[in-house]
Amino acid sequence: MSTATALKTETEADVSWQTLCTKNDLVAFSGVAAWIETAEGPAQVALFYLPTGPNTPGLPGHETELYAIDHHDPFSKANVIARGIVGDLKGQPVVASPIYKQHFRLKDGVCLEDESVQLRTWPVRFEGDEVWIKA
Amino acid sequence: MNVSHSDKQQLIVIGNGMVGHHLVEQLIERGATEAYRIIVFGEERHLAYDRVHLSEYFAGRDAESLALCASDYYAEHGIELRLSEAVTEIDRDNGEVVTDQGRYSYDRLVLATGSYPFVPPIPGNDRPNCLVYRTLEDLDAIRAAAEKATTGVVVGGGLLGLEAANALRGLNLDTAVVEFAPRLMPMQVDSEGGELLREKIESLGVQVLTERATQRIEDGEASFHRMVFQDDKVLETDLIVFSAGIRPRDELARDSGLEMGERGGVVVDDHCLTSDPTILAVGEVALWNNSIFGLVGPGYQMAKAAADTLTQGELTFRGADMSTKLKLLGVDVGSIGDAHGDRSPGARMFRYLDQIKQEYRKLVVSSDGKKLLGAMLVGDNSYYDTLMQYYSNGLELPADPASLILPSTEGAPTLGADALPETATICSCHNVTKGDVCASIDTGATDLGAVKAETKASTGCGGCAALLKSVVDHELESRGVEVDKSICEHFAYTRQELYGIVRVEGIKTFSELIKKHGRGLGCDICKPAVASILASCFNEPITDASHIPLQDTNDTFMANMQKNGTYSVVPRVPGGEITPDKLIALGEVGKKYGLYTKITGGQRIDLFGAQLHDLPDIWQELIDAGFETGHAYGKATRTVKSCVGSTWCRYGVQDSVSMALHVENRYKGLRSPHKLKFAVSGCTRECAEAQSKDVGVIATENGWNLYVCGNGGMRPRHAELFATDLDDETLIQYIDRFLMFYIRTADRLQRTSVWRENLDGGLDYLKDVIIHDSLGIADELEKQMQDVVDRYECEWANALKDPEKLKRFRSYVNDDRPDPNIIVTEERGQLRPA
Ligand SMILES: Cc1cc2nc3c(=O)[nH]c(=O)nc-3n(C[C@H](O)[C@H](O)[C@H](O)COP(=O)(O)OP(=O)(O)OC[C@H]3O[C@@H](n4cnc5c(N)ncnc54)[C@H](O)[C@@H]3O)c2cc1C
Ligand code: HEM
Ligand code: SF4
Ligand code: SF4
Repeated sequence: MSTATALKTETEADVSWQTLCTKNDLVAFSGVAAWIETAEGPAQVALFYLPTGPNTPGLPGHETELYAIDHHDPFSKANVIARGIVGDLKGQPVVASPIYKQHFRLKDGVCLEDESVQLRTWPVRFEGDEVWIKA
Repeated sequence: MNVSHSDKQQLIVIGNGMVGHHLVEQLIERGATEAYRIIVFGEERHLAYDRVHLSEYFAGRDAESLALCASDYYAEHGIELRLSEAVTEIDRDNGEVVTDQGRYSYDRLVLATGSYPFVPPIPGNDRPNCLVYRTLEDLDAIRAAAEKATTGVVVGGGLLGLEAANALRGLNLDTAVVEFAPRLMPMQVDSEGGELLREKIESLGVQVLTERATQRIEDGEASFHRMVFQDDKVLETDLIVFSAGIRPRDELARDSGLEMGERGGVVVDDHCLTSDPTILAVGEVALWNNSIFGLVGPGYQMAKAAADTLTQGELTFRGADMSTKLKLLGVDVGSIGDAHGDRSPGARMFRYLDQIKQEYRKLVVSSDGKKLLGAMLVGDNSYYDTLMQYYSNGLELPADPASLILPSTEGAPTLGADALPETATICSCHNVTKGDVCASIDTGATDLGAVKAETKASTGCGGCAALLKSVVDHELESRGVEVDKSICEHFAYTRQELYGIVRVEGIKTFSELIKKHGRGLGCDICKPAVASILASCFNEPITDASHIPLQDTNDTFMANMQKNGTYSVVPRVPGGEITPDKLIALGEVGKKYGLYTKITGGQRIDLFGAQLHDLPDIWQELIDAGFETGHAYGKATRTVKSCVGSTWCRYGVQDSVSMALHVENRYKGLRSPHKLKFAVSGCTRECAEAQSKDVGVIATENGWNLYVCGNGGMRPRHAELFATDLDDETLIQYIDRFLMFYIRTADRLQRTSVWRENLDGGLDYLKDVIIHDSLGIADELEKQMQDVVDRYECEWANALKDPEKLKRFRSYVNDDRPDPNIIVTEERGQLRPA
């Protein structure tokens, strides 16, 4: 039932942005997982979509709508981060691991319970209806 | 022969009851284990237990939960505890005590042997099924005898007699109380109070016979015994419990020649020393100033004095207050100081009697009307705390003392926590004053639990629980500590308050709720909590777009995530009844998708190891085979376990399977603060283990007994008997109300057991609300439950119809590859995570 989107790469001043999926694949205020190609090989990424709008909860000054963070949970060693609950702690958007409930900051992947642990994050953005990621 | 350690003195304590144990605690607190090697002898086989709450043994508490300390407490402090070993002789000449195991020498000796129930010298009093009410063993004997009995009589209408009567009633016996005096509780109440008490108790179905002296007990005709009274009237009964007073267990002291009271008891002085200064006595065996104190509070005070005596401290015992407040057979009775007014010449009285509401109150005040000397309460103990403070602190009474016992309309002077002096005793069992409570708050205690742990207040008989709470709340408030009960940083409300808001304002989505009443985006605490509230109220599919981001992963994917990121699938098998065809269907699905299968503790089958993207296909096949989702992933109704009941079992008295199916089909899909487990057994043999469930139903000859608030798990708790012999309809009605009341008032992730333990007013209050509808909300609760029931829809069937919802069940949005991290290996013919 998956819609395998052809990977399309665009090389532009040493920066490689790739398309990942469409806006329609995302789930508002929640996560989905996707495969990406990185310099080190394939990786699994969790995409979180926090839209702003008149009928959605929001943070003061919260604009960023899209985050890409490692799908791999270093505590349980399972690929599950996209299935965690998103929210904010003291105004910082976070995701809680669905297995042992540690919180990871969406912005930089730092674990709030243990700051020595940090998940990889990637820049991502909308390009029209498409989701693009830089890896 | 046991030789005492050279550099330490040997201290022997005889008796491991409430006071003996308290003495040991006090000695440890004073560091006495440095100076003494301590040996404690206990005749009972149990570690010291809470005799005051003995009756709760029948309500499901066991010896372990009644124990006064952890089982290794004595050993941990280097104290030798010798249970099941009675001391049979004190050899004062050689400084030794004798047991059937040997002789033990002592330097100091403490008698804490308590008392025994007095059995009047009536011919026939030694017949089988003539029992007493003092120890766990006694209660075991009563329980065993009650199984073969239908009627029971308690001889003695005092405090303990009425407690025993309540216990017999709880064992489903037709119960009567026989009292020698003209009224019940002659020690605590006067004739007017006694009459009221009698009316109330008779209205509960307990027969009360006063002015009856039993002449003999012989074989009965219809029942096992026949009791013959002074006027040749007779009463037949299967079981007799004597509760005609207690007598000190002073035989060891008497035989060894210690000074005794005329009517028994070992004479002690203010230091708890007996006539032999190496020997002390404490508790109910000790006679001080010609009085025996049959309450635990004075016993504890003696234990403290004795501990001080043994460690060169100063504390002495100077008598104790015998004021008490009790709930006997659900009837409040309170007695303060000189309640009869016969010990205070010149005393004046105020009395209030309401024969409609059945309340009686009496004040005994000094001749100048300024001081309270005593008080008596029947029917409503809410007056007790205030009166007790006037009495024990010698506070000056208001100009019109009668206002203290008039029904509190408005303006009745209540003595607030702030009006109490620092010296006011809050907990008399542990002698904790308001000053002690304040001190513990000043040094960092920030809630009731911490104050209790530190001061021990309200951990004895518990009579002061309400007063302590109001003092702690008041003190915290006055220090500007705001007791923060907010659910998380996004809502300044408790779960219960959020529930109220959702109901009252009819808010149906998280985003509306957080916009109106919260801040930020929410988090993994408030989102699932609100999701659960919304589901309990409106029962909309949790996979709807507005609800899906609120759910824990298990709810999101309607399956249980396991440690490697795969899911397990548990279809509902109502009542544990399953057809062979359905079993085959389950087997086929398991085989096709390579799932590990295991029977669960809830009589259903768990299929493990499903990958996210396989879940919809698996469920399509299960639904086609007639299954529904089992909500194993949710804080929701889980299973209703059942035994086969009367259909197959030769003992069964009702059809437990049909009832289990009915219960499970009614409450399936109900979401609640925590998971809910049920069971139905077909007879008292209880094969379905209903007494370990949130809601347990056990069949009786006449219907169903309902048990509530049990659980297994990490801290098991027996469910408590809530109502008996219900018909099908009433049973469901009570369960409806009970569950909705729990959903309305519990904290997030609070099981019914913990909720019940924290419920002010306890089981009685719960019964009032559910059975007697004391809050007037029963109809509303039933209606709310019916709403949820009417809106039930299998969540998986709902999701499978909606392609938008199925979008989520892709392991990756841009690829069909399975997760390469999930590696399995074979074990015992099945796959499991490698
Ligand atoms: C059903 C019930 C309800 C009660 N309710 C209340 C209440 O609400 N409030 C209240 O204040 N009080 C209440 N009491 C009274 C309270 O339990 C007693 O005051 C208290 O237990 C007395 O403590 P104790 O240590 O002196 O005696 P016990 O607790 O009786 O302990 C004495 C122990 O010594 C053992 N012993 C005796 N002789 C020997 C020997 N020779 N060798 C070794 N061991 C020996 C006994 O077996 C016993 O275990 C109640 C009592 C009962 C039975
Ligand atoms: C597992 C169940 C029970 C436990 C663990 C328990 C334990 C306690 C404790 C520790 C207290 C002190 C008060 C407090 O801490 O708030 C207390 C109070 C009390 N208990 Fe129990 N108890 C239980 C059930 C019962 C039952 C079934 C009865 C009645 C037969 C009962 C009668 C009382 C009474 C009357 C008080 C005084 C409460 C008050 O005045 O507020 N308890 N109990
Ligand atoms: S509880 Fe009773 S009816 Fe049910 S199986 Fe056991 S013995 Fe039979
Ligand atoms: S008892 Fe422990 S290991 Fe076993 S299923 Fe429960 S949580 Fe897991």
